[in-house]
Amino acid sequence: MTPFITLDGLAAPLEGRNVDTDQIIPARFLKKRRGEYADYLFYDLRFDAKQHTRSDFVLNQDAFQGANILVCDENFGCGSSREAAVYAMVDFGIKAILAPSFGDIFYNNCLKNGVLPIVLPNETLKELRHSLAQTAQTPASSPQPCDLGIRIDLKDCTVSCAYFSEPLSFAIDAFWQECLMKGVDEVALTLGYSDQINQYEQKARENQPWLAP
Amino acid sequence: MVSPTPSSLSLFEKIWRKHLIVERTAGPSLLYIDRHIIHEGSFHAFSALRERGLSLRNPSQIFGVADHYVPTVSRHPKDASTPEITEMITRFETNMQWSGANYFPIHDARQGIIHVMGPEQGITLPGMTLTCSDSHTSTHGAFGALAFGIGQSESTHVLATQSLWQAKPLNLRVSLNGVRNPGVTGKDIILAIIAQIGSSGATGHAVEFTGPGLNTLSLEDRLTMCNMTIEAGARFGIMAPDDLVFEYLHGRPFAPKNGDWDRALVQWRQLYSDPDCLWDKEIAIDLGALAPMVTWGTSPEAALPITGMIPDPAQVSNAALRQSMCDALDYMGLTPGTPLNTISIDRIFIGSCTNARLADLRSAAQVLKGCRSKVPGIVVPGSMQVKKAAEQEGLDQIFKAAGLEWREPGCSMCVGVNGDTAPPGERIASTSNRNFVGRQGPGVKTHLMSPAMVAAAAISGHLTDVRPLLARIST
Repeated sequence: MTPFITLDGLAAPLEGRNVDTDQIIPARFLKKRRGEYADYLFYDLRFDAKQHTRSDFVLNQDAFQGANILVCDENFGCGSSREAAVYAMVDFGIKAILAPSFGDIFYNNCLKNGVLPIVLPNETLKELRHSLAQTAQTPASSPQPCDLGIRIDLKDCTVSCAYFSEPLSFAIDAFWQECLMKGVDEVALTLGYSDQINQYEQKARENQPWLAP
Repeated sequence: MVSPTPSSLSLFEKIWRKHLIVERTAGPSLLYIDRHIIHEGSFHAFSALRERGLSLRNPSQIFGVADHYVPTVSRHPKDASTPEITEMITRFETNMQWSGANYFPIHDARQGIIHVMGPEQGITLPGMTLTCSDSHTSTHGAFGALAFGIGQSESTHVLATQSLWQAKPLNLRVSLNGVRNPGVTGKDIILAIIAQIGSSGATGHAVEFTGPGLNTLSLEDRLTMCNMTIEAGARFGIMAPDDLVFEYLHGRPFAPKNGDWDRALVQWRQLYSDPDCLWDKEIAIDLGALAPMVTWGTSPEAALPITGMIPDPAQVSNAALRQSMCDALDYMGLTPGTPLNTISIDRIFIGSCTNARLADLRSAAQVLKGCRSKVPGIVVPGSMQVKKAAEQEGLDQIFKAAGLEWREPGCSMCVGVNGDTAPPGERIASTSNRNFVGRQGPGVKTHLMSPAMVAAAAISGHLTDVRPLLARIST
C-alpha cells in the first residue's frame, strides 16, 4: 500500500445524504478485477441510460477534472460491504474522502486501500461543498485552480483550504494513522502476532472444541 | 463514563472480551474469528492470498457458499445469465477446492443464501465471532453470535490469520415492549426502528434487542430484524439466545455433539446482558403501536405504516433532508399526499436473506392461497432445505397457481448480480432489504415490506394493508 503522508489535491463537492455503495459502484460491475474499476465509479450518476455523459454530475464538470478528493454528505458509503466501491475510488484516482459520517464497512475498506476517510462536522463540510461549487461556477477567466485545492496532512491531522482561514483538525485512530502513513501491510503485521494467535487458539480448542470440527 | 464492573457486562462485551488476542486500550484490538463465510465475490481475497504466497490458516473454520451469482432458473452454472457470471461461479469452485475449506456448491442439498443456510447447518452458534464478506452478516446475531460484515481485504486477513483488527463499537439497546398485533412481523418492527432512528442512527454501534417482546418473536422474525440492523448503520445486531435457539440448533451438522453439546449449553446460558450494565444509547419500541410498514423512498429509513401517505418535503425544515426527499420522490415517481395503499406495482419479489425462510414463504402463501397475482413475480426460497420443506407442504403449488415463478435458492433480485433484475422503470413490491436507487436494476423502483404484504400487493395490484385479508382468512 502506498504511504499517505500529505496530499495536495483537487476537491470536488458531492451532494446527497446516504450515498450508498450501490451508487458508488453498481452491482453489475462487481465482476471486474482490481485496476479495472475506474470507468465504473458512480456509473449511473456519470452516465444516463443511453451511456451519455450527464453534464450535471460533479465529476463530469470541467472544473473538477482530475479531482482526487471528494467532499461528501452524511452516511457516505452506507449499504453493501462491496470493497469494489473503494477499488473504484482508487482506480479513478480518489485519495481522500471528507464526510460528516461514513458507513462503517466502507470506512474500514478505505483504510485497507490507502484511501483516507476524514470525518468533519456537517456544517463545515456543507459550507465547503457550497464554496467549491461556487468557485467552480465563476467565469473561466477568473478561477484560480488553487481555490479548489485542499491540503491534507495526515501527520498533523489537518485539512487546509482557501475557504477556511485556519486549518481544520480531524481525528483518526493512531493505529490506522500509522498504518496509512507507513503503508503497512496489515496481514504481515498480524503474522507477527502468530505466537499470540497460537496461544489463544490452543485455549479456545480446549474450551470450545466444537468450533473447529 | 464509569467503567462497568466485571459483573455487569453487556452480552456484546462478554463475547468481545472472550475473543481478544491483543487488547489495545484505544483503537482496534486483535479479535479471534471463530468462523468465516465467503461467497463468489471472494475472488479478490483469493487473488490477494496467492499474490502473497499465503494459504488459509484454518480451513475447517472457513465456509464457502455459492449464493450471490448463482442462477435461480436451474442448478447449473452454465445456465447463468451471462458467460461472465458462469465464470464467477466456476472460479469460486476452483478457489474453494484450492482452499481445502468447507464448501457448499450450487447443486449441494445444503446450499442456500449464507444467512439462511448458516443457521440451518449450525455454522452459526451462540457466543461465537462470525464474519462474512457481506453486510447482512448481522443476521447471525439473532442466535447470540457476534457477527459482522467485512470487506475483501478484511476477508483476506481472516483467511490468512483467523483474526481481525477491530475497534469496539458503542452499545445501543433497543427494548421491545408490548404485544404486536396480527399482521405485524419482524420486518415491520425493524423497518419501524430504522424509520425512527434513521439509516445512520446506529452507525458505530452494536445493537442489542432486548425486552419482554423479544421472546414472543419467532426465530425467523429475529433473524430478519438482526439482518436489517445494518440498514440503520450498525454492523452488529445481537439478541440473547434462549431455549428456542438451543432447541433449533440441537443436532445441526456443525453444532456441537454429545458431551460437547452439554458443555456448550452451559456456556451459552451465560450469554445475556447483565441487568445493571451500561448502554451508550437506548431506545424503546412499543410493539403494540406498530402497523405493517412499507418504504416509499430510496433508503430503508423512508418507511411508513401502510395507512400513511407520501410525505411532503415542503413540510421538512432541514434543507439536506428536504433535498434527499425530493430526489427520492423524483426517482420513485411519487407525489406528496398520495395514500400509500393506492400505489400500483408492476412486479413482486419474494426472497433474500431477509425474508426467504420457511415461515416467510408460509405467510406469503397464506395470503396468496386460491388467488391470482395481478402482476408477474418470482419466489426464491432462501435455501435448498427451505425449498424442499416448502414443496413438501405444497407452498410451491400455491405460488405457481397464483401465476408466480418458483425458483431455485440464491440472492437473486435482492442484489441482482446474477442477472435477476427488473426492466427499467418498473415498480416492485419486494421482501428484500434495500430500496437503493438502481438496486434491482437501473431505474427500478423498490418498495420494501413483509412477505405477507408483498403477497397482498400481488393479488391487489397495488400496495395494500394485509390485515383485512388476514382477518378474512382467519374467519
